[in-house]
Amino acid sequence: MTQNHSTQLPDAEDLLQVLAQRLQPLLQKNTALVGIHSGGVWLMERLLVLLEKTIVEHQIEHGTLDVSFYRDDYAQRGLKAENRPSQIAFDVENKHIILIDDVFYTGRTTRAAMNELFDYGRPASISLVALVNRGGRELPIAPQVVAVEICLDASQHLQLTQAPDGKLALALTSQHNSARS
Amino acid sequence: MQNPQLDSDGNLRHLLSIEGLPKRILNQILDTAESFVGVAEREVKKVPLLRGKTVCNIFFENSTRTRTTFEIAAKRLSADVISLNVNTSSQSKGETILDTVDNLIAMHADMFVVRHGQSGAAHLIAKHVPPHIHVVNAGDGRHSHPTQGLLDVFTIRKYKPELHNLRVAIVGDVLHSRVARSEIHALTTLGVPEVRVIAPKTLLPAQVEKLGVHVFHNMEEGLKDVDVIMMLRLQNERMSGAMLPSTQEYFKTYGLTQEKLALAKPDAIVMHPGPMNRGVEIDSSVADGKQSVILPQVTYGIAIRMAVMAILAGGGAQ
Repeated sequence: MTQNHSTQLPDAEDLLQVLAQRLQPLLQKNTALVGIHSGGVWLMERLLVLLEKTIVEHQIEHGTLDVSFYRDDYAQRGLKAENRPSQIAFDVENKHIILIDDVFYTGRTTRAAMNELFDYGRPASISLVALVNRGGRELPIAPQVVAVEICLDASQHLQLTQAPDGKLALALTSQHNSARS
Repeated sequence: MQNPQLDSDGNLRHLLSIEGLPKRILNQILDTAESFVGVAEREVKKVPLLRGKTVCNIFFENSTRTRTTFEIAAKRLSADVISLNVNTSSQSKGETILDTVDNLIAMHADMFVVRHGQSGAAHLIAKHVPPHIHVVNAGDGRHSHPTQGLLDVFTIRKYKPELHNLRVAIVGDVLHSRVARSEIHALTTLGVPEVRVIAPKTLLPAQVEKLGVHVFHNMEEGLKDVDVIMMLRLQNERMSGAMLPSTQEYFKTYGLTQEKLALAKPDAIVMHPGPMNRGVEIDSSVADGKQSVILPQVTYGIAIRMAVMAILAGGGAQ
């Protein structure tokens, strides 16, 4: 059973503006942005436009990660039918990496992303930026920057969606046996 | 009858032949391979997907390249890999195939990659193993070599993404080639509109047209305006009796030279599954030329084999 409660949720476009403001001070020379598929990449693409001036000024590079090959639940869930190549075209060595994800939940996606990043090289630091922290982390990992914190039940699944015109929205579904991400 | 390659949910359980695989599965393998291509270009060329799993390469017939690429693929997925050349071990002492397999299962193998001179060997093993064990056919007799067929299609897709617009020619010893059958099935399933086979009558299987291909005996005619030329190796070791006057004669008629290549489209690509017989089916200047994608095929072969093993071990799509 899947139910939709999207009306109660904050507006993702408003949150994006907040996130951009909070992210800006973190951007400096030798920083690189890495979006986690899919929601994190959508956010990153928008942030690249919103923060264009700072990004050009500091020559900030960016890339994308699909963490499917690093997930700890691969043995139970297998590979998703659709996975996209990770694209890190810059040298990770000694970079200050800022990971971008849509919803922070258990911390397992972040762990997978960190493991993958280290296979590209040794970054100087990694921080995490998320649009929403929904509570329920299972690892000693937390985002440094979020636009909003919402407390959700484990049976609820919060997801960022992208409309054909590029507009972002949050969607909440209640699923029995929903896989935690 | 249920397709032995798929489980009850339609996910890939074994990879035995391209025949019978739906387009959805072929695309899943090709798309997943796309993600693995980048892994080889990183500082650490490994992903942890198959950590703690044991992959057994059982080769009842020699094939250095296929064995090596499967080994590298499994290792890049972080699996433990054991490669057995069975013709030099227990089989020569009289052990049956299934006894060999049972012994490896008792050692907790999770996946078998099987190469055998007899058609159907991988099917036999797949029917025999318990449900949690996966089998990949790495070539059985004249029957099938699915990962080679997949890597060929993957290579074509890399250079010529519009598959539905292509004219592909397969040239040479189709009769003895397990690769050719796998290629033809993959190409037609993925919607390539025109697949040609070019060979002398003696090197074509009976009723080859039923596979949906156009048959040419004249190479000059067959190569006209093609986008892709897939050369096949002249399978000397599989040839019994005199099917050809001589290899020199064969080169003259069916060898790919610069002059014959010029009949294809100017941006046509040249492929060969290896090992090549230079001066028999392909001229060195073509094999090493600008239009040759023979070495990229080898590189992509690793990504394809990683994709197949990753999908099998993960129980398919969700």
